[in-house]
Amino acid sequence: MIPEIGQFALIISLCLTLCLGGFGLLGAHKNNTELMSLVKPLTHAQFIFIVMAFVSLAYSFLTDDFSVLYIATNSHSELPDLFKFSAVWGAHEGSLLLWILILSVWMILVANFSKALPRTFIARVLGVLGFLNFGFLLFTLVTSNPFERISPAPMNGSDLNPLLQDIGLAIHPPILYIGYVGFAVAYAFAIAAMLSGKLDQRWARWTRPWTTAAWLFLTIGIALGSWWAYYELGWGGWWFWDPVENASFMPWLIGTALIHSLAVTEKRGLFKSWTLLLAISAFSLSLLGTFLVRSGILISVHAFATDPARGVFILMLLCIVIGGALILYALRAPNMDEPIGFSALSRETFLLLNNVLLVIAATLILLGTLSPLVLEVFNGDKISIGPPWFELAMIVPMIPLIFLISLGMNTFWVEQSANKLRKKLQVPFILSILFGLIIPMYFYGKITLLLAVGTISALWIMTSSVLPLLKQCQTSLGRKSLTRSTLGMSLAHFGLGCFVFGVTIVSAFNIEADRRLSPGESIFVAGYQYQLRGLKDVEGPNYQAIEAEIDIFKNGNFLTQLRPQKRTYRVQKSPMTEAGIVAGWNRDLFVALGEDLGDGSWSIRIQYKPMIRWIWFGCFIMALGGLVAITDRRYRRQPS
Amino acid sequence: MKTIALVLVILFSTIGHAIDNGPAFADEKLQLRYEKIIAEVRCLVCQNQSIKSSNVFLAVDLRNEIKRLLSIGKTDKEIANYLVERYGEFVLYRPRFSGGRIFLWLAPAAFLVTGLFMMIKIVRKKTSLASDANND
Amino acid sequence: MKKKYAPIIVFVLMLPIFFVGLSRNKSELPSPLIGKIVPAFVLPSLIDPAVMINQANFNGRFVLFNVWATWCAGCREEHEFLMELSARDEISIIGLNWRDNRNDALNWLITLGNPYELSVEDKLGRTAIDWGVYGAPETFLINPQGVILYKHLGPLTERDWTLNFMPFLVTEQT
Repeated sequence: MIPEIGQFALIISLCLTLCLGGFGLLGAHKNNTELMSLVKPLTHAQFIFIVMAFVSLAYSFLTDDFSVLYIATNSHSELPDLFKFSAVWGAHEGSLLLWILILSVWMILVANFSKALPRTFIARVLGVLGFLNFGFLLFTLVTSNPFERISPAPMNGSDLNPLLQDIGLAIHPPILYIGYVGFAVAYAFAIAAMLSGKLDQRWARWTRPWTTAAWLFLTIGIALGSWWAYYELGWGGWWFWDPVENASFMPWLIGTALIHSLAVTEKRGLFKSWTLLLAISAFSLSLLGTFLVRSGILISVHAFATDPARGVFILMLLCIVIGGALILYALRAPNMDEPIGFSALSRETFLLLNNVLLVIAATLILLGTLSPLVLEVFNGDKISIGPPWFELAMIVPMIPLIFLISLGMNTFWVEQSANKLRKKLQVPFILSILFGLIIPMYFYGKITLLLAVGTISALWIMTSSVLPLLKQCQTSLGRKSLTRSTLGMSLAHFGLGCFVFGVTIVSAFNIEADRRLSPGESIFVAGYQYQLRGLKDVEGPNYQAIEAEIDIFKNGNFLTQLRPQKRTYRVQKSPMTEAGIVAGWNRDLFVALGEDLGDGSWSIRIQYKPMIRWIWFGCFIMALGGLVAITDRRYRRQPS
Repeated sequence: MKTIALVLVILFSTIGHAIDNGPAFADEKLQLRYEKIIAEVRCLVCQNQSIKSSNVFLAVDLRNEIKRLLSIGKTDKEIANYLVERYGEFVLYRPRFSGGRIFLWLAPAAFLVTGLFMMIKIVRKKTSLASDANND
Repeated sequence: MKKKYAPIIVFVLMLPIFFVGLSRNKSELPSPLIGKIVPAFVLPSLIDPAVMINQANFNGRFVLFNVWATWCAGCREEHEFLMELSARDEISIIGLNWRDNRNDALNWLITLGNPYELSVEDKLGRTAIDWGVYGAPETFLINPQGVILYKHLGPLTERDWTLNFMPFLVTEQT
C-alpha cells in the first residue's frame, strides 16, 4: 500500500511540475497575473508530494518491504537501520528520487526567499525549474521507477553493496547532489534573464548567493567523497581521476569561474553574456556528468546499472535542457561589447584571467574524459587516459592560477597602481618564498622545482588572503566596517592555500611500504615502529572479519593501536578491507591488511601521509568562506 | 533481473588491494621504477583500477611479469611496448606520445596559449576604452 | 554576432559521439594480435605433463584455441557447445587450461567430456599474458599458416560460431 502511495505521489507531482512550468513561463510571457499567482502554490504543492514519495520509499526500506524490487535488490533485514535509510539513495532509482527531492527543496527556497524579485522574473525562474523537475520525474517514472513491485516477493533482500554500508553513503551523495542540483537555480536565473531580455547588475546580485550556496555544497560534497574513498577503498589515495570524479570536478571549476565572473558583472556591469554562458555551462556539466555516469557510456569504478533506455532518455533530456539554453543564448544573449573599460592592471583583468584558466582546466578535463570515447567512435582505437595525463593537464592552468590569486585579491577595480601593489605584497611574497623553501627542506629534507612552486604559492595565497581583511579593519576605525563579503573571500582563498599545501606535501612525501609481518614482529616506516600483536576473528552485525592488532610506537613510546580488518559480508560474500587510520594535523598513518601468507604471517601495507588532512580541511574552509559571503548584508537589503 | 545498481561505488567484488609482501627489488631505484610502472598499467578485468591497486590474479601475474622484465634490464619504453603488443593501447594509463594521442599531450599547453591570447585581445580592447574615457 | 553561436555548435558536434557511444560494446577490447602469427609457447600437456607442446602443433589446419579454467562460470556455460563442435569434426580445438588446479581440470574433462584434441596447462599464466588473455573464456581462431584471424570473448555459442567464425573458414578455403 505504502509504495503505491509513493508512486501515486510521484505521478501527481509530475502533473504539478508540468503545470508549474507551463503557467510560470506562459504567465510571465503574457504578463498574466492570475497564472503567475499560481506559481508559488504549485511550487509548494509539488514539494509536498515529492516529500511524500520520498518518505514512502524510506518507510518501505525501514520496514523491509521486499516486494518492492528496488528494496529487494538493495537492502536486507540484517542491515542496520541507518544504512537501510541511506540505502534509499544507494542505487540509481532512489538516487534519482533524491535528486528530484533536492531540486524541489531548492525551488521552495527560491520561492520563499525571493520576495524582493519582480513577479514575472520569479515566475520564469520557477517555471524553468518546474520543467526541469518534470523532466526528471518523467525519467524516473518511465525508466527507473523505485516503487516497482516484484511477485513473488523474495524472503529477504540481496543486500546493499558492502562498500556503501558506511556513514559516507549517508552524507556524501545528498550534499554532493545539493551542490549539483543547486546550479539549476543559476541556470534558471540565466534563462529567465534571457527570456525577459533584461540583464542588469541587480540580476547578478540576485544570482550570486544562490550560486555560492550551490558551490559551497559541491565543494563539501566533493571533499567528503574524496575522504570517503580515502578511508573506505583502502588504497590510501584521495583522488583517482575517475570519470565520476571528473564529472563532479568540471561543474565545480565552472561554478568557481561563475562566482568570480558574477562579481565582475555585479560590481562593474561587465562580461554579462559570458556570465550567462557560465551559468548555463555549470548546470549543463552537472547534467552531462549524470548522463556519463548513469548511461554507462564511460568505464568507471563507480558504476550504476546500465540500461540503454536510460541512456537514451537522459541524452534527450540533455539535448532539450542544454541545447535549448544554448539556442536561446545564441539568439538573446546581450552583446559582448559593453562600453565599459578598465586598465590592464585592475581586478577585472585578474578575474578575467581566473575565468580563462578555470575554463581551460574544465575543458581539459572534459577532453580527457571524452577523448577515449571520441577516438573509439572515430577510428576504433581503445585508449586509456589516466592520472599521469590529468595531473599534467591540471598543473598547466593551475600553477599560474594559484600564483595570480594573491594579486587579484589585492588589486582595486578599474585601476591599480603597480607601485602600491608591489609595496603591499612584497613582504608576504618574500616570506612565502623563504618559508616555502625552508619548510620542505627542514621538515622533509628534500626540495624539487614542482614542490617549491607548490609550497611557495600555497603560503603566498594564505598570507596575501589576510591582507584585504587587515585593510578593511584599519579603515573600519574610520567609517567602513568589515563586510562579510570580504571576510568570505579571504577565508575561501585561505582554504585554497591550505588545500594546495596539503596536496603538495602529501604528493611529494607520501611513503608507502608493503611488508610481510608475523605476530610479534615489527618494522619501521618513516620513523614509526609498527608491531603486529596478533590477529583475531571479529563478528559484525552482518559480516565476519579478521582483525589485526598493530601497535605503533614513535621513538620507543607507545602511540596507539590500529585495528585494520578484512571483512566478509554474509549476504554478498564480498571481501572488504577496512583500513586502520591514525589521523593527525600533520600526518596520517594508514595500515591495511593484505593476505594471509600461510605461515602465520600477513602482508600488510603501511602508509605515511604527511599533511593529508589539509586537503579536506582546506575544502571546508573554502566552503565556510562561501557561507560567510552569502550572509553579506547587501543580499538581504530590499531593493528600491 | 537488472544488474545490481550502485551509487558512486565500485562494481567489483574483488575490492581489496594488491599488497606485495615486501619490496620487489633491493635496488631502491628499480623499486621506484617498478612502483611507477604498475601504477600506470590498467587492470583489464577490474576496469578503472591499476594493477597496483588490484589483487585479481591477472594483476598479480602482470606485476610478476613486469618484475621479470625489469630484472632483465628492459627499459620503461620496452615494457610499455611489450604490454601494448599483447593488450593494446588500452592497457596504458599514460597514453603513448604518438599518432592521434600527440594532440592529447599538446592540448594543455595549446589551450593555455590560446586562452591567454584571447584574454590579451579582450584586455587590449578594454584598456583602450578606459583611456578613451579618460581623454574625454 | 557569430561568437554567440559557438557554444551551440560545439554542443551539437558532441551529440553524435554520445549517441554512437551509447550503442557500442564497452567491455570488449580489440586484440592487437589479430592478423599476427601466434605467440610462441612451450607448455606441458594437461593430460600428461611429461609431454611438451608448442605452437607448431597448430600448423597446417584451422584451429580453435580456447582458454578455459574450472573457476570460470562462462567456461561451464560454453562447454556443451564445445563438445558438440568437436563431435562435428569441423575444426580441431586446442585448450589452454589457465591458472587452474590440475586435478580439478582433469576431473572436469572426465565428468563433463573432453572437447579438446590437445590440452596444455598454463599454471603461471605467462603464456596467457603473451596471448593478451584477460578473462576466461576466450577463443582464438587460427588459420593453417598459424595466423590469428579472430578472437571471441566470453562463452562461445552456436550463433557466434556461424556468424563470426564460419565466414573465415569459408573464405579461406575457397
